[in-house]
Amino acid sequence: MIPELGHLALIFACVVAIVLGTLPLLGAHRQRQDWIALARPCALVFALLVLASFAALSWAFLRDDFSVLYVAQNSNSLLPSMYRFGAVWGGHEGSLLLWVAMLALWMLAVSVFSGQLPEAFMARVLGVLGLVAAGFLIFVLFASNPFERLLPVPDNGRDLNPMLQDPGLVFHPPMLYMGYVGFSVAFAFAVAALLGGRFDASWARWTRPWTIAAWVSLTLGIAMGSRWAYYVLGWGGWWFWDPVENASFMPWLAGTALMHSLAVAEKRGTFRAWTVLLAITAFSLSLLGTFLVRSGVLSSVHAFATDPRRGLFILALLIFVVGGSLTLFAFRAGQIKKQGKVDFALVSRESFLLTNNVLLVVATATVLLGTLYPLAIDALSLGKLSVGPPYFNTVFVPVMMPLLLLMGIGPMVSWRQADLAALVPRLRWAALLSLVGGMSAPLLFGDWSPLTALGLVLAMWIIAGAGFQIWDRSRAGRPALGWWGMQIAHIGVAVFVVGVTMVKGFETEKDVRMAPGDTVSIADHSFRLVGVRERTGPNFTAVVGDVDVLRDGKVIDVLHPEKRVYFSSSNPMTDAAIRTGWMRDLYVSLGEPLDGSLDGAWSVRIYDKPFVSWIWIGCCLMGLGGLFAMSDRRYRSRRGAKDGSPVLEGALT
Amino acid sequence: MSRYLFPLGAFALLVLLLSVGLGKDPRQVPSPLVGRVAPAFSVPELKAVGEQVSPADMRGRVWLLNVWASWCVSCREEHALLLELAKDVPIIGLNYKDQRVDARRWLEQAGDPYLRSAYDGDGRVGIEYGVYGVPETYLIDANGFVHYKQVGPMTRQVWEEKMRPLLKEMRK
Repeated sequence: MIPELGHLALIFACVVAIVLGTLPLLGAHRQRQDWIALARPCALVFALLVLASFAALSWAFLRDDFSVLYVAQNSNSLLPSMYRFGAVWGGHEGSLLLWVAMLALWMLAVSVFSGQLPEAFMARVLGVLGLVAAGFLIFVLFASNPFERLLPVPDNGRDLNPMLQDPGLVFHPPMLYMGYVGFSVAFAFAVAALLGGRFDASWARWTRPWTIAAWVSLTLGIAMGSRWAYYVLGWGGWWFWDPVENASFMPWLAGTALMHSLAVAEKRGTFRAWTVLLAITAFSLSLLGTFLVRSGVLSSVHAFATDPRRGLFILALLIFVVGGSLTLFAFRAGQIKKQGKVDFALVSRESFLLTNNVLLVVATATVLLGTLYPLAIDALSLGKLSVGPPYFNTVFVPVMMPLLLLMGIGPMVSWRQADLAALVPRLRWAALLSLVGGMSAPLLFGDWSPLTALGLVLAMWIIAGAGFQIWDRSRAGRPALGWWGMQIAHIGVAVFVVGVTMVKGFETEKDVRMAPGDTVSIADHSFRLVGVRERTGPNFTAVVGDVDVLRDGKVIDVLHPEKRVYFSSSNPMTDAAIRTGWMRDLYVSLGEPLDGSLDGAWSVRIYDKPFVSWIWIGCCLMGLGGLFAMSDRRYRSRRGAKDGSPVLEGALT
Repeated sequence: MSRYLFPLGAFALLVLLLSVGLGKDPRQVPSPLVGRVAPAFSVPELKAVGEQVSPADMRGRVWLLNVWASWCVSCREEHALLLELAKDVPIIGLNYKDQRVDARRWLEQAGDPYLRSAYDGDGRVGIEYGVYGVPETYLIDANGFVHYKQVGPMTRQVWEEKMRPLLKEMRK
């Protein structure tokens, strides 16, 4: 009964979304107030219906209703209840429902928090979101219905993929999807602007907090996924350039570019057509990611079920949303009137942000190319291949280097025309500090290589630059939250770079044979395998190793790496044990028992990963910076711009 | 307007690529077992206590090895088809990581398509065969060579288009 109610709610939601996607848009076009006024109530009803349907599916999971096919495929009566909740989005159908639920939440947020927007503009924004929602709901209802029943009812479910049975599943997908889907808001603002012909500074100011909010979610979502892969997959890696990872990384890169170009669009009124295009691109890449992940055209470690009909459906959706908006862009972008002539000098904030945009877009393109290349080769019947980390590392990293270099200076440079002579004395100290520090730091860790030194120099350059600015500005008064947000996020990037550089340069790894009582030394720590025992979990059996970690002969920690075999799967799962610290992670994972050894020996893998947690700390700082930036007072004030930036009303007329 | 058409053009190319790509299956990589002798095993029979099942018993016949479990949902999808195929070709079941009681009850309820059922409670045979997920079905010839491996439920389409032509060839 409850699943049917959930299904019904989804059908109603689809109808409401179709109404929302048509009448308010037409109303805004014909200036009919009654149709425009439909937008907010429709968005509210839509959101409630979708959330009700989502609750119904969760209920089916919690109550072990295996008569629902999707529940039977992704749950089991032994599955702990926390994972049951995560299992709601553990498969294809549920994760699409999560997608729609996130869209509903964003629509709700837009209709609640954007009271200051003109009604017609608001109607267009919600209408566009309604169209996207309708497209997805039709897909869910016709090709991925999570409420489908299964007869005869099985005694038990197939269980959730063991790799997903981790707290990471509960937090990572919702956060990631919130980011993915969040770019739909910037997209809707862009399309609404194209429809209404309004591209002024206030348009950019309205769009900024929404873009930053989506970007924060995506940043944290990607970081969580990376952390999850780090401790679950047992390989000790944190990023694999897997197609699914790339699918989330491309919108992130485009979204980062969008955040920066929006700053120019708001403050200086230039880059406007470009900004609109970026907003469309960021969301299009989110949709493309959904297509790549959900259609199964690319194989990946994330191994989702494939069904060509679904792929076709998402492709149609992609053509409708992206093709439609780009067509609109082709016809209307020409009307975005230039603000006189381009009036910024070679050395100015504008030119720095322009370079930032070019570099980020090139980076996005390299990732896109690497991700789609195997597909193109297969499509042209030239064989099957996969593009791996070597390509991405050689192509992507060099594009990022100049970006980091510019990041240290960019925020100091003033708009329109910067005084180079005034910049140099300040930069001199930052440059000296970072060169000396970055070049010598690797020596402390015993091994100097040019790439490690370069990474550290760049990171210190950014931190030194930010330090000088904070020192300067906080003496001159209280900078706005947005300014602090930028500094924090940039420092976050530097912290991230330190983590990546140090792990890359100084990680050590040992694959050893260990019998109980054996000791292995790595990076002034010793590891002693005390013994191996068996343990039974709720839906798995595990072999647990007890490993003492010693330093200077004293036991400082006991680690418990596990090898689990879930009742429902043949592949054993490695659950690594990690001792996390500021300076290093010590990482132990159990390999295989060595057959034929009389002393019960195992193959054991031990890693020393210096500074690896800085990678995620850096991401958290970026997210925190974003939170600061989006809570800046300016975004809450009514129309007028109080910070002296020019207000460009009616630029199209 | 013309320069604003570039993004649309690029997108059109992308769509072209994606639509061609949809027709391809990235997972269609040949199993390492195909063309090799099916790994030997000898495990207890599921129902007849005390008896052993081994691929060697099937020497001289063309047969299917079907990996299944009572907890496996997709196995239910293919079950009706297996019952039908059993009239045409002998099927050996490999009951994988299951409880004997559950497995027997399921066969009693739904019908038993298997000539014999091997019981692989700890999944050891599954590892030999590189079972990725249940169900899987192998087509094995009179000399014990694997000719085809179906990952996921058997469908009529797979049977008619892939396995049956091979079977005819092998029986000649």
